[in-house]
Amino acid sequence: MMATKTKETKVAPLTVGSAAAMPTAESGEAKGVVYETKDLNLWYGEHHALKHIHLTIYENKVTAIIGPSGCGKSTYIKTLNRMVELVPNVRIAGHLAYRGRNIFDPSYPVEQLRTQIGMVFQKPNPFPKSIYDNIAYGPRIHGIRNKKVLDEIVEKSLRGAALWDEVKDRLRDHAYGLSGGQQQRLCIARCLAIEPDVILMDEPTSALDPISTLKIEELIQELKKQYSIIIVTHNMQQAARISDKTAFFLNGEVIEYAETSKLFSNPADRRTEDYITGRFG
Amino acid sequence: MDKLLVSKRMKGRLVQNAILQAIFFFATVLGLIALMLLLSHVVMQAIGWLDGDFLNNFPSRRPEEAGMKSGLIGSLWLMMIVAPVSFILGVGTAIYLEEYALKNRFTAFIQTNISNLTGVPSIVFGLLGLTIFVRELGLGRSVLAAGLTMSLLVFPVIVVAAQEAIRAVPQQLREASYAMGATKWQTICRVVLPAALPGMLTGAILALSRAVGETAPLVVLGIPTFIAYLPSGVLDTFTVMPLQIYNWTGRPQEEFQHVAAAGIVVLLGFLIMMNSVAVLIRNKFQKRF
Repeated sequence: MMATKTKETKVAPLTVGSAAAMPTAESGEAKGVVYETKDLNLWYGEHHALKHIHLTIYENKVTAIIGPSGCGKSTYIKTLNRMVELVPNVRIAGHLAYRGRNIFDPSYPVEQLRTQIGMVFQKPNPFPKSIYDNIAYGPRIHGIRNKKVLDEIVEKSLRGAALWDEVKDRLRDHAYGLSGGQQQRLCIARCLAIEPDVILMDEPTSALDPISTLKIEELIQELKKQYSIIIVTHNMQQAARISDKTAFFLNGEVIEYAETSKLFSNPADRRTEDYITGRFG
Repeated sequence: MDKLLVSKRMKGRLVQNAILQAIFFFATVLGLIALMLLLSHVVMQAIGWLDGDFLNNFPSRRPEEAGMKSGLIGSLWLMMIVAPVSFILGVGTAIYLEEYALKNRFTAFIQTNISNLTGVPSIVFGLLGLTIFVRELGLGRSVLAAGLTMSLLVFPVIVVAAQEAIRAVPQQLREASYAMGATKWQTICRVVLPAALPGMLTGAILALSRAVGETAPLVVLGIPTFIAYLPSGVLDTFTVMPLQIYNWTGRPQEEFQHVAAAGIVVLLGFLIMMNSVAVLIRNKFQKRF
């Protein structure tokens, strides 16, 4: 049972990354569409990693991306916030719009995009700072300095990540003193602190024990009420448990994309069926 | 596997293992003994000559009155220039090479040159300093000229150490920062540099230790070995501890050998204190990874 209390904090809604600060949509933004991907291609040097991807991600849903190793799922999710550009020799072509706006538009600063898209990585990566400073990092780099405001943000984010009760008495302790599961929830809280619109999760529980995994899965169900979540997972059962829609990737292509219940019970493509029944992967 | 062969070889292998362990231990002990002999020789020569007056007096023709004051204060003045200049130059270069420079032939060229600079004989820097700082810029035989020369001498050491420290910061931390919308500079300033600081400070202290002990470049610059007053500004002339010691060892009177030994002890004490400060700072900033 989740112990989160979505307490009403008396802080003015921050416009750091919330919907109020979103770029104006170009004509063509459909209601409830967060990401529109059309014919997206990506190459790592000569290797064609993403091939003609067409995918629409919807608001306030948990979208899972499954597929065998090397199929391009991590690559795709990292393209959504342009983190893939940190890899040398990467080349991207095609159309990718976030809320109707082309994310590769030179006039759209990548820092602004990333303020609206939060990311949680496979291995928890808290900064070597205190718990408080980890959460306050996001707001601080965006210019928020008022201590009272920061205190409220830290509490709100930790509550949002179901970590507040466990750490409220030791906010100044070093983040590395937390367990693996707690560190990952800390990373989720850190991501919530900038009030993103979308949260990307790249295999967030693959390095964690079953109990921490369960806590985070429950957390995701809570978070989707306010955020749109895209989760890459190696674990098909996890995708079946927590997601609303699932996309099956294979060799850099989207093979099938449907409501989770339908994809797992009655897949349209033979390859999807082979993968989910374990014939390969 | 031939069991007979295995058991025949076993004894030989174990003996070889034990012998090599003994050799490595012996090598360490040999080094330590050499160090001990050197130190004890110096300390014994210095006994009786190292007292409060020694630290407070200026050098003199009479050995009983000779003191280290001008050298000690002069070395401190030198440190005050070398520390900030070499650190800023060194860390700045390291940040550029590691975080901003593209991985191309030009960068590799710069990299090689800096690494080679750490091996250039210090006297060459003395000649460089003489030409540029003393003569061209007209700074004369001053603290500033010597400070700038020594900074050039030691900053490559800082670059190498700082680069190692920056490289050791895990890429995942940078990714976490970028994913929240931080700019490159914010990521460097708030994540990379704090994490790399212990390593950079260690390199800085090693560099400073070298600067305190180097004598040859200062001789070339024309820094005097005998001065009986303290500098009052960075354009004044001065002397440093190693030069004073050099002066004393060159004197014919036997007493001056004792005075020199006392000077050496003071210099060593100074270095130990600097290294301890470095270790303290490093430990304070060290966070487990």
